[in-house]
Amino acid sequence: MTDIPAPSASDALPQAKRDLVPVLLPVILALLMLPLVGSFSSWVTLTIASLAMGMMIFIMASGLTLVFGLMDVLNFGHGAFISVGAYVATLVLLPLAGMSQADSLLTNLAVLVPAALAAMAVSGALGVVVERVLILPVYGQHLKQILMTTGGLIVAEQALYALWGPQIIPLPLPTALRGSFIIGDIAIAKYRLLVLLVGIAVFVAIQLVLNRTKIGLLIRAGVENREMVEALGYHVKRLFLGVFMVGSALAGFGGIMWALYREQVHASMGNDLTVLVFIVVIIGGLGSIGGCFIGALLVAMVANYGGFLVPKLALVSNILLMVAILMWRPRGLYAVTSR
Amino acid sequence: MMILSGDPPRSRALSLILIAIVVVLAITPFVFPGAKPLNVAAKICIFAALVASYDLLLGYTGTVSFAHTMFYGIGSYAVAIALYGMGPSWAAVATGIVIGLPLAALLALGIGLFSLRVEAIFFAMITLAVASAFLVLASQLSWLTGGEDGRSFSLPELLRPGTVFIKDLFGVRINGRILTYYIILVGCAAMILGLLRVVNSPFGRVLQAVRENRFRAEALGYRTVFHLTYANVLAALVAASAGVLNAMWLRYAGPDTSLSFSIMLDILLMVVIGGMGTIYGAIIGATIFILAQNYLQALMGAASNAAAEAGLPLLPGLLHPDRWLLWLGLLFVASVYFFPTGVVGRLRGAPKPAE
Amino acid sequence: MTDLLTLEGVHTNIGRYHILQGVDFVVPEGKTTMLLGRNGAGKTTTLRTIMALWPASQGQIAFAGRRIEAMATPDIARLGIGYVPESMAVFSDLTVKENLILAAREQAMDTARLDWIFGFFPALRKFWLSRAGSLSGGQKQMLSIARAIVEPRKLLLIDEPTKGLAPAIIGSLIECFAEIKRSGATILLVEQNFHVAQQIGDSVLVMDNGMIVHRGDMAELASDIPLQERLLGLSLEAHQ
Repeated sequence: MTDIPAPSASDALPQAKRDLVPVLLPVILALLMLPLVGSFSSWVTLTIASLAMGMMIFIMASGLTLVFGLMDVLNFGHGAFISVGAYVATLVLLPLAGMSQADSLLTNLAVLVPAALAAMAVSGALGVVVERVLILPVYGQHLKQILMTTGGLIVAEQALYALWGPQIIPLPLPTALRGSFIIGDIAIAKYRLLVLLVGIAVFVAIQLVLNRTKIGLLIRAGVENREMVEALGYHVKRLFLGVFMVGSALAGFGGIMWALYREQVHASMGNDLTVLVFIVVIIGGLGSIGGCFIGALLVAMVANYGGFLVPKLALVSNILLMVAILMWRPRGLYAVTSR
Repeated sequence: MMILSGDPPRSRALSLILIAIVVVLAITPFVFPGAKPLNVAAKICIFAALVASYDLLLGYTGTVSFAHTMFYGIGSYAVAIALYGMGPSWAAVATGIVIGLPLAALLALGIGLFSLRVEAIFFAMITLAVASAFLVLASQLSWLTGGEDGRSFSLPELLRPGTVFIKDLFGVRINGRILTYYIILVGCAAMILGLLRVVNSPFGRVLQAVRENRFRAEALGYRTVFHLTYANVLAALVAASAGVLNAMWLRYAGPDTSLSFSIMLDILLMVVIGGMGTIYGAIIGATIFILAQNYLQALMGAASNAAAEAGLPLLPGLLHPDRWLLWLGLLFVASVYFFPTGVVGRLRGAPKPAE
Repeated sequence: MTDLLTLEGVHTNIGRYHILQGVDFVVPEGKTTMLLGRNGAGKTTTLRTIMALWPASQGQIAFAGRRIEAMATPDIARLGIGYVPESMAVFSDLTVKENLILAAREQAMDTARLDWIFGFFPALRKFWLSRAGSLSGGQKQMLSIARAIVEPRKLLLIDEPTKGLAPAIIGSLIECFAEIKRSGATILLVEQNFHVAQQIGDSVLVMDNGMIVHRGDMAELASDIPLQERLLGLSLEAHQ
């Protein structure tokens, strides 16, 4: 990159104010909950649980929001990638159960990492097929896109039933990841901590790619104005295929994380998570990775704190959250697209 | 022509098929003995009306809603809860209707007004979220809805199988069950004809203008917001009415029969296979789908067993009767892609301009 | 002198509207050609059709001896055409620097060329690391033009660059276009303001109702007041 003298302080433009209110929302929410929850140790447990759940939902939703932002594609079949990722992971984890149940973190990781890679590879490859077969023929037609991808979701879910059967497959956590770290009277589940770290790593990686690489700049520019990126000489459709593939792979990755979190796999899990993922994407603002991250945290917090404080409310808490956010900002927390 | 609101099927083959369907439905109690054919026929009637109301949204306004089963479920549950709580009386049926239909309309109005505030593109996602929350609510509020088990109830005396009106008419005993069937048939026919009238009214033509080009319709001075919300409310009312009839036929309302996501998919499949934006497509789609659901599954079971005996890999699983949605899903994708105008569009032969 | 860009019988439909109804013209290499006409005449559509953002439904478009009407937008751009749309379309979420990194398809930007651009658009150096969204209208226009010339391009399509800008900024744009022309680029520029157009253009095309109704020398049109009034009527009055 070219070195250009940075502007001197005297003639700096009054910087457009970074919109920080949404960033503060999860923090404020967490702090507000502290007196309501009462006990500090329960609050820490709930907060860690929220953050871990938020990370998983963020990983699953990130692809969907970019895919929409870049090409206006609404993929109602996104949940299928989540399920497929989880099932593929069982193909690695269950035959090698000996390794994952060994009492050694290294041995556990030696089976977890390949399982995660396999999950991402298969769901990413499936993403390419879905993009070519279901989405490419109906670019620009929202109605048909929704119908086609919904059809794809049915087929994928049924295919999973046909291949694996309708029963729930138990997927125990690797031994080294079970249990909690105990600090005073606070218990922090090891797996949640791992999920939290992985989630932050994924978020940082996505941000680095989007902000520091030319591909990332192209994606951000394309989300804002696809036509102009094409007029500058770049094939946005090729870029989109890549983003779709990575987004699908991330959904598959989120699938294996979620399956281990719940310690079970079922063909309907993708379907169930689709609703959460949609709410997150809407709350965040279609096309915005930062909004998606905050949205995922908020949804997870509302689910965890709400489930603890008012269990009955948890049933509709996500909807209430969505309604509240959209009444405040009709286009979501961060509106990126200019369309 | 009057009764069809000046919108005839416009195809000889289509007219013949429609007449055949209506005639067969009308004489089913007399020519197909037994409970199953009558069940199938009643389901075809109810779904034809339900799908027609969905077509008003999907085909005529171009909006995808995933909340249609919610309204259907509201109708079902309203009448079921009323009859369960108040006992088998006509007052209970009336109570269910008087509570259920306005509730559905209000909810549709609420969703409509809320989605006006947000981007149009959110509509499908918002309806999906709301519908799934409603489903969870219905299966959790056991004291009201009976939870996962739903609510079984008895019908007013007049509609019970034990009530016999005519001992023998063409060899058939005319009882309360058959009366219920005809109430459903007539009710659903009335709803479909009513929808046909709506889409052929000036209001219906505005809806189509909105679908073609929302900005232009707005520029022409139509308050598209009002029209879309009104269409939503109307569709919700018809769906809730179909739900009432469904509950009365089944003498039961539960999550699986009236609210589940799979019913929503069924509706989507029926409207697409039959033909979007035609109303008649609803009748065709419902007939094909319900017949396949009830009779094709048996065939698949036989094929699955045969494949298993032949020792073929994978096929038994793919052909298992429970997997019939897999094939319907494939059919669905193929029809959206290759026959976006559905059976009705094919029979009419005139390709509609792309959306 | 050869023709860099040739349009023959180009028709463009948008939805059910037939906007371009047989457009024929040539843009000679190394010259600045002005495309004038009243609102809705089809000027913007012409530029968008050349870029295949709205594909031509009929007719031929040739650039540097190659037929381009069936090519995709990015491929057309890569033949060496820079496009400055009416909306400017700067990527407001990206910095000035990032906007230009994307515009420069080569790996690194040519510093000497950047200095040349900063010569007539000093504001871009000043706000190098600011978000493009925070720039003023005139600065956005400068960035949009800079994007089109950050690497040498054979042809520049520029759509109403002076619209809504202050006279001082318009002056610097006029200088910039002269500078670009001296660098050897060919320009096709849509303009509403005849006063501005006559300072920039070598030759002139006038559109009406989706067709070219006049083509000729700029000097000729500038000296023929009755012809100007007949061709441009309203738009002339509006700007003087």
